[in-house]
Amino acid sequence: MKVLVFAEQRNGEFRKAAVEALCEGRRLADGELIAVVIGKGAADLGGQLGAYGADKILAFDHDLLELYSTEGFTACLQKAAETVSPDAILMAATAMGRDLAPRLGARLDVPVLADVTKLSFTDGNIEAVRPVYAGKLNVTVRSKKSPGIATTRPKAFLPTEPDGSKTAEVVAMDAAVGDLKARVKQVQSEAEGMIELTEADFIVSGGRGMKSAENFKIIEDLAKVLGGAVGASRAAVDSDWRGHGDQVGQTGKVVAPTLYIAAGISGAIQHLAGMTSSKVIVAINKDADAPIFKIADYGIVGDAMEVLPVLTEAIKAVK
Amino acid sequence: MNILVCVKHVPDTETAVKIGSDGKSISTQDVNFILNPYDEYAVEEALKIKEDKGGEVTLITLGPEEAKKTLRTGLAMGADKAIHLPCDAPPDSLSIANALAEVIKDIEYDLIFCGKQAMDNDNAQVPIMLAEKLGLPNVSAITKLELEDGTAVAHREFEGGVEVVETSLPAVISAHKGLNEPRYASLKGIMMAKKKPIEDKPCDCGDAAIEIVDVTYPQQRAGGKIVGEGTEAVPELVKLLQEEAKVI
Ligand SMILES: Cc1cc2nc3c(=O)[nH]c(=O)nc-3n(C[C@H](O)[C@H](O)[C@H](O)COP(=O)(O)OP(=O)(O)OC[C@H]3O[C@@H](n4cnc5c(N)ncnc54)[C@H](O)[C@@H]3O)c2cc1C
Ligand SMILES: Nc1ncnc2c1ncn2[C@@H]1O[C@H](COP(=O)(O)O)[C@@H](O)[C@H]1O
Repeated sequence: MKVLVFAEQRNGEFRKAAVEALCEGRRLADGELIAVVIGKGAADLGGQLGAYGADKILAFDHDLLELYSTEGFTACLQKAAETVSPDAILMAATAMGRDLAPRLGARLDVPVLADVTKLSFTDGNIEAVRPVYAGKLNVTVRSKKSPGIATTRPKAFLPTEPDGSKTAEVVAMDAAVGDLKARVKQVQSEAEGMIELTEADFIVSGGRGMKSAENFKIIEDLAKVLGGAVGASRAAVDSDWRGHGDQVGQTGKVVAPTLYIAAGISGAIQHLAGMTSSKVIVAINKDADAPIFKIADYGIVGDAMEVLPVLTEAIKAVK
Repeated sequence: MNILVCVKHVPDTETAVKIGSDGKSISTQDVNFILNPYDEYAVEEALKIKEDKGGEVTLITLGPEEAKKTLRTGLAMGADKAIHLPCDAPPDSLSIANALAEVIKDIEYDLIFCGKQAMDNDNAQVPIMLAEKLGLPNVSAITKLELEDGTAVAHREFEGGVEVVETSLPAVISAHKGLNEPRYASLKGIMMAKKKPIEDKPCDCGDAAIEIVDVTYPQQRAGGKIVGEGTEAVPELVKLLQEEAKVI
């Protein structure tokens, strides 16, 4: 089985989730593993993917491809698919991947298995497990058309260690990308050094119980000591204490850190939808009956405003 | 401006969904269905544009007969009319997009709105596939929109920032939370909705492109260990995180 993986990069850096998709592609492919790199300097960048097991890199480098565009990137992947005739196409279920995969699927007239957590080949086509109804159920689905396309949920697949001795052949590619009807005019980047929630190993989230935007300073302090990111419940976001990008849950982000600390969050079903795949969950809530304690591995009943600063100091001492 | 809004009838997010007797679908017994929450943002944005620029807002859904309840919800918010494409079990996104495109290609519109994702199968695909099938540009999961003459400028969040996308119109645009605050239907709106037209149009949902092998419940988290109360519990918690959970 031949697998094609779109290796998402921005500003010359591959996304962690893209490396995960590539490594999963290696596990799946008993034949060739081909990576597609799109953007400025794609050919130079692509070389390093050999270390994760890619046999060949198709590099699309074009001025119009410096910034993401659904149409431009779809044209490249369509060309790549025509060139190598893969049995499956994978990409990470990031903002970019979840925009690109359906467009490519519709172009090739094949379905997309979205945001999957497990993959295999069955009778020559891909089969996947994907959480549905905000994680209340898992469904096993099989693509009836080939090539099957899947987007892989960040952190659901483990990356392998890169092996620097392995190299891949880089092939410069050309695609007709002109005449984009929708294009990115500007990118407003977040502050340097911010850790993306979906990629974070440690997340400290605050809810309505934090009572004000200012009080999130104590959440930020703990996140910093842990080297993690700050999350929030919808109640905190809707109170304008945090931006939309920080919301965890059904209408926010789905996260799966090693450690998730929920402070002043009651544990509504829509919040749980975004964080129950975390490895370890800690809850701090002054109400001993709060539903969050039912799913938390460890709980402290108490005032988050008092507990968090002490916890921050205690962790600082052992880190 | 004439705007089409694609809406879906989905289980309420509070519902405890149960697996149906066939092991491949959900049991719809005792399940309260609602207008997909992301589609509320789509309807709201369409209504705001209509109020500003005039024109008509038409809702369209592919679903069972009961999905008309969801159409009424959108009509009560202020949409003018609705189209219902009968299909007892909406299949995969590709088939839904194909069926929607087949009907929409014969309708006149300036813009199509969708929700970012249907809160049943969480696919987030129909708007993008629909755009491709109609030969239109798409901008997915937007949190801000400004219309200019023949173009739209939208904001979409990605991991690490915001992309400001400019697109020609017509386009298919899908709404994320943050785009607006959906209005509640007024009592008058609810009364008026009863008289607004819902047109049934035959549609072909086709053969599903995805086969459902099985549906299972995820493993439940054990959880439930209270370490203690207040700041006094902190040393014990840190010890557990280090020695038992081994995460710090
Ligand atoms: C369609 C839909 C989608 C939704 N999507 C999301 C989503 O994506 N994410 C999300 O989070 N929610 C979502 N919600 C909202 C969800 O239902 C809850 O309303 C929300 O999660 C509640 O946030 P909260 O826990 O911060 O607030 P509350 O439920 O008000 O809980 C606050 C908690 O703080 C505790 N507390 C108060 N003071 C203190 C203190 N000093 N120290 C410690 N604890 C304290 C209280 O005991 C309480 O448990 C959605 C709802 C709907 C209908
Ligand atoms: N059966 C349907 N009828 C009409 N619109 C739909 C249907 N399914 C999905 N959509 C639209 O597409 C969006 C994304 O759905 P999905 O791709 O299924 O997650 C929804 O928010 C709706 O706007």
